[in-house]
Amino acid sequence: MTILVIAEHENGAVAPATLNTVAAAAKIGGDIHVLVAGQNVGGVAEAAAKIAGVAKVLVADNAAYAHQLPENVAPLVAELGKAYSHVLAPATSNGKNILPRVAALLDVDQISEIISVESADTFKRPIYAGNAIATVQSNAAVKVITVRSTGFDAVAAEGGSAAVEAVGAAHDAGKSSFVGEELAKSDRPELTAAKIVVSGGRGMQNGDNFKHLYSLADKLGAAVGASRAAVDAGFVPNDMQVGQTGKIVAPQLYIAVGISGAIQHLAGMKDSKVIVAINKDEEAPIFQVADYGLVADLFEAVPELEKLV
Amino acid sequence: MKVLVAVKRVVDYNVKVRVKADNSGVDLANVKMSMNPFCEIAVEEAVRLKEKGVATEIVVVTIGPATAQEQLRTALALGADRAVLVECADELNSLAVAKLLKAVVDKEQPQLVILGKQAIDSDNNQTGQMLAALTGFGQGTFASKVEVAGDKVNVTREIDGGLQTVALNLPAIVTTDLRLNEPRYASLPNIMKAKKKPLETVTPDALGVSTASTNKTLKVEAPAARSAGIKVKSVAELVEKLKNEAKVI
Repeated sequence: MTILVIAEHENGAVAPATLNTVAAAAKIGGDIHVLVAGQNVGGVAEAAAKIAGVAKVLVADNAAYAHQLPENVAPLVAELGKAYSHVLAPATSNGKNILPRVAALLDVDQISEIISVESADTFKRPIYAGNAIATVQSNAAVKVITVRSTGFDAVAAEGGSAAVEAVGAAHDAGKSSFVGEELAKSDRPELTAAKIVVSGGRGMQNGDNFKHLYSLADKLGAAVGASRAAVDAGFVPNDMQVGQTGKIVAPQLYIAVGISGAIQHLAGMKDSKVIVAINKDEEAPIFQVADYGLVADLFEAVPELEKLV
Repeated sequence: MKVLVAVKRVVDYNVKVRVKADNSGVDLANVKMSMNPFCEIAVEEAVRLKEKGVATEIVVVTIGPATAQEQLRTALALGADRAVLVECADELNSLAVAKLLKAVVDKEQPQLVILGKQAIDSDNNQTGQMLAALTGFGQGTFASKVEVAGDKVNVTREIDGGLQTVALNLPAIVTTDLRLNEPRYASLPNIMKAKKKPLETVTPDALGVSTASTNKTLKVEAPAARSAGIKVKSVAELVEKLKNEAKVI
């Protein structure tokens, strides 16, 4: 068995989700190869070669792959993937965008967002927003799988010394082009990789009040997230949303502030190690999953918490 | 231009689902069924394109049991012009659904196909991308803005780091994210009118599509329950617990 892992990378660095995906590949067993597709990604390939447990790194360095356009990247992955027993990608927005296109090109069904490996062909994945867990078996010649990062502890980013090999094939389907992007700039840790996450909900009342959470987060070295209600109300941008259709997080400590705890929000954070809920409504469903609940006015509790930590 | 919208009948998002005692799946007996919320957004986007004069005809398609006609009628009441039911009693996997949709695309020749980004039952997030692969069309997934301009469509996508805009040649596939639009409610006169709109039923066999899958669900279980912890009385007590009991700060 040889497994191909599609590397997630940004700004010339390997993204943390890649390390969780390599961890899932290691659980399946067999040789692990990593594909780095992009433009000017020599540095990323070198970094990927150092990931613990990786045997070989394939590099497809071409302008056609610059913005991970699925019309161009999927044919490359499908062509390379035929030689592998499994093709894995992190369940990031890129992985979710590209991999089903790869699966269809290979004429196989995909298994999305696995949270555990039962055997080389059997995996567990959440359905119904995490309210049920399905065990799914694949008899596909090439098993195409996306990996939920929170299900697997990251492997070490250093310690390996894999061979790096250029793969020539360039696919430019000519069907799509990159126009632009607006990326959120933040000095805080990335939501999905942070050890502590502070999230705000509708109870924050407006976007300006999120300053209380930013200030608490900076003292704790935490990332800041939000519920769908807060994003829909326009308090904060979409990339901060934690939930079934937003980001899935499982930090050491999750502090939910002014969040009622809708099912779809719980789906995104209930695997956190310790959950703290601060809400003035003591009937809020968030308290049913919280390890520590504080019934209080968040505008008094949050500044006090910031002072005491 | 013709727009094809694919919708799915799913358990209503307000229902708290229960796993069956024999672990064969989720109990769907006497449970309220609705159109998948992301599919409602897809229908709404098509209707808005028609209101702007960009779309000329909206065809709505679903793949599911005979009862999925309810969701097609809902889409017709919201503004779709006609409906196609690919009737299929079994729950199909995404690739089979994409192959059936490809057969409908071949027949209907739409310039734009709009789907929800994922169904809230299987949570797969695959069908639109797979349909794009099978048709060879460009794909704009997780869309928060769709603008048709000449022979192209500009799609702004919700990605992990923020927003990305891509330009796709038409015909193209778009999958909807939550903030693309706010779906309207169907008015009573439109619900009445929808009953008279054409609804065609076909079978997978008639479309010449095999619905076999490489995936098999072995069992479905309830997730490990997380029990409620304790209520603390003050911020000071909370900080003390986090430092000394949970040891996370």
